[in-house]
Amino acid sequence: MKRFLTASVSAVAALGLWAGAAAAADKLTVVSWGGAYSMSQVKAYHEPYEAKKGIKILSENYNGGLAEIKAQVEAGKVTWDVVDLELSDAVRGCDEGLLEELDLSQLPPAPDGTPAKEDFIAGTLHDCGVATILWSTIYAYDAGRMTGGKPRTIADFFDTKKFPGKRGMRKTPKVNLEFALMADGVPPGKVYEVLSTPKGVDRAFAKLDTIKGNVVWWETGSQPPQLLADGEVALTTAYNGRIFDAAATEGKSFEIVWDGQVWDIDLWAIPKGSPNKDAAVEFIKFSTDTRRLADQARFISYGPARRSSVALIGKHFEAGIPMGPHMPTAPGNFKNALQNNFEFWADYQDELNERFNAWLAN
Amino acid sequence: MTDAATTGAAAPADGPLTTADGRPLKSALARAERIRRVKAMLLVLPLLLFILITFLFPIALMLFRSVDNPIVADNMPRTIAALEAWDDRGELPDEAVFAALAADLAEARRNRTIGRLATRLNYETGGLRSTVTRTGRRAQRLKAPFKEALIGLDEDWANPETWAAIKRLGKRLTGVNYLAAVDRRYDVNDNVVPQPEVRRIYVGNFIQTLWMSVIVTIACLALGFPVAYLLSILPLRYSNVLMILVLLPFWTSLLVRTTSWIVLLQTEGIINDILVWSGIISEGGRIQLIFNAEGTVIAMTHILLPFMILPLYSVMKTIPPIYMRAAMSLGAGRHYAFWRVYAPNTLPGVGAGCLLVFILAIGYYITPALVGGQDGMMISNFIAYHMQRSLNWGLAAALGAILLFGVLILYWVYSKLVGLERLKLG
Repeated sequence: MKRFLTASVSAVAALGLWAGAAAAADKLTVVSWGGAYSMSQVKAYHEPYEAKKGIKILSENYNGGLAEIKAQVEAGKVTWDVVDLELSDAVRGCDEGLLEELDLSQLPPAPDGTPAKEDFIAGTLHDCGVATILWSTIYAYDAGRMTGGKPRTIADFFDTKKFPGKRGMRKTPKVNLEFALMADGVPPGKVYEVLSTPKGVDRAFAKLDTIKGNVVWWETGSQPPQLLADGEVALTTAYNGRIFDAAATEGKSFEIVWDGQVWDIDLWAIPKGSPNKDAAVEFIKFSTDTRRLADQARFISYGPARRSSVALIGKHFEAGIPMGPHMPTAPGNFKNALQNNFEFWADYQDELNERFNAWLAN
Repeated sequence: MTDAATTGAAAPADGPLTTADGRPLKSALARAERIRRVKAMLLVLPLLLFILITFLFPIALMLFRSVDNPIVADNMPRTIAALEAWDDRGELPDEAVFAALAADLAEARRNRTIGRLATRLNYETGGLRSTVTRTGRRAQRLKAPFKEALIGLDEDWANPETWAAIKRLGKRLTGVNYLAAVDRRYDVNDNVVPQPEVRRIYVGNFIQTLWMSVIVTIACLALGFPVAYLLSILPLRYSNVLMILVLLPFWTSLLVRTTSWIVLLQTEGIINDILVWSGIISEGGRIQLIFNAEGTVIAMTHILLPFMILPLYSVMKTIPPIYMRAAMSLGAGRHYAFWRVYAPNTLPGVGAGCLLVFILAIGYYITPALVGGQDGMMISNFIAYHMQRSLNWGLAAALGAILLFGVLILYWVYSKLVGLERLKLG
């Protein structure tokens, strides 16, 4: 019966939305990724905004992607007001007319008067989205179990002789191909240039071949800390915030290797036709000012998208650790970093995903 | 009823029978019948509507989506019309086509439909998305000759394959989704050719899905048959306890059961720990039991087991013990009586259980997604990928339709071989 479920998503979604369409302007539905990440947004954005405006904010979770937004927009019943999107989805949703265009000149300036357009890190403002955080895919290990030398570079991740044991990797070509090329000696600045050629793709897969038998594939962000904690893997790629969270609040001795990190941004966006568009815009303006973005970094180790926020980053709300050094953007961490190229992935995602799955199955 | 009224009316010679108020009996009866039928219809109407809306309509929609292809035709009308005359696939189309393309893309950009167009073309040939959006951004300012201008903008426009793709997708109904779903594609001359080897995944996965479902079904039957038999012969107070043991996992969340298997089977998990502790395997030789096809089959077998046990039990319960005793009193041995008398009587339950488990297994999604790992993926996982990630709903619909027809064919074969009247679902 499951196949009917997937097939009838749009019709059933339309029905469900129809039933729940009683959206009043005194509440906003804000959708994000759940877990510690949603919690950080609730603490830093939602609660102060509710206190200030007397509006109720409903925090919903989803698992990324544009499928729900597409279903809502096509059915003409939009119930999500603000959605936390990955960059590639924000750009694609904007291109396909699934998201509202935003007037970026309305964003508040930095405390010293720098206009928002200059205050935000380059590439974090888009026609339909305003970035809140920089996050990054890194790899990590459990210092308690790692006997002998410690891994330092991205090449070490692929070196099963020096660092024996299983590897955890996300079951997708994205980021893994970049890691493979960087480990193979391609400098971050050249990665996508090389990957755009058939030879470059072959080279990346050849590098992945060297560890294929040792990989445990994960799918959701909560898995890698668990895999490390269970000793299922010796090294695993992961989202930096999750590893930090396990180390800071659960006392795990996890260490992050920042070399070759692939960073990306998350943005607020408004689905096309949201009945509470004005309130949603107000919320975005409020939550992306210098103070709020700096506040969020107290709850999770993702870097704020505004330059002016960096100086205001405080200590972790529970563990009391200064958060500055744990940001992907901290100078020591950011040396050999690569920005995820959404244009490349928008173009080649389907093709490379097919190839990746064919590679996995053989 | 109507027949009775007719014969009744034909018997007397002096005209038709009438009711007390003078109306012909036949029509009065028919009227009463009609009212009853309407009432019955009204009673089942909610259910019929429900099935129509939640079941038949989505399936029809899915079948339609798998062949529906309006985007290119709607957004590139000039280009499609101009491409009509383009036949020599070795050569590029002429200037008129390039001019039409520039006009179409400029308009699509103004209407903000260029994103959908770019995405649709990108499903066909990776890389066309950025070609189309980039060209669209500059299309307004392009000047004749358009051929040189466009090729100067992006090399993809100098590739006849690009034009063949556009021409092909200009038709409102298309079979490309079904071709893609069986690892085929059109080449520049519109011949059907296999995908390059590194991209062939779906046919292999359909076979794997069928194969894994067969194994799960066999395993469920092998494990479920003795349990159901025991349930049916034990005294009630024992069988009730046993029944609860069968039903308890059935009522537990699917996710909980799947993650429990991860705890049990992972390389640092309980099973491996016991094997290492008892010296059967060495510390370094821990076995990979989960995140692969084997682990998926184990977890799915456990989850689907109640669907086998319950129909089997309900059939076994109805087989009178007297049959076995009669067979034995006539001289059959225990085994002979069991296989020749008892087992054939359980066939309706075996058929129902196998059909139920197999059909559920073939469309299984959550368990393979969680523990499938490297080689335990099933076709539903790819359907979900195209629904949620690539948003290629046409391909998802085609994959779903193939799965649906596969199941229907199996159902038909079953009804021919065994007969549906022998099916007993509980």
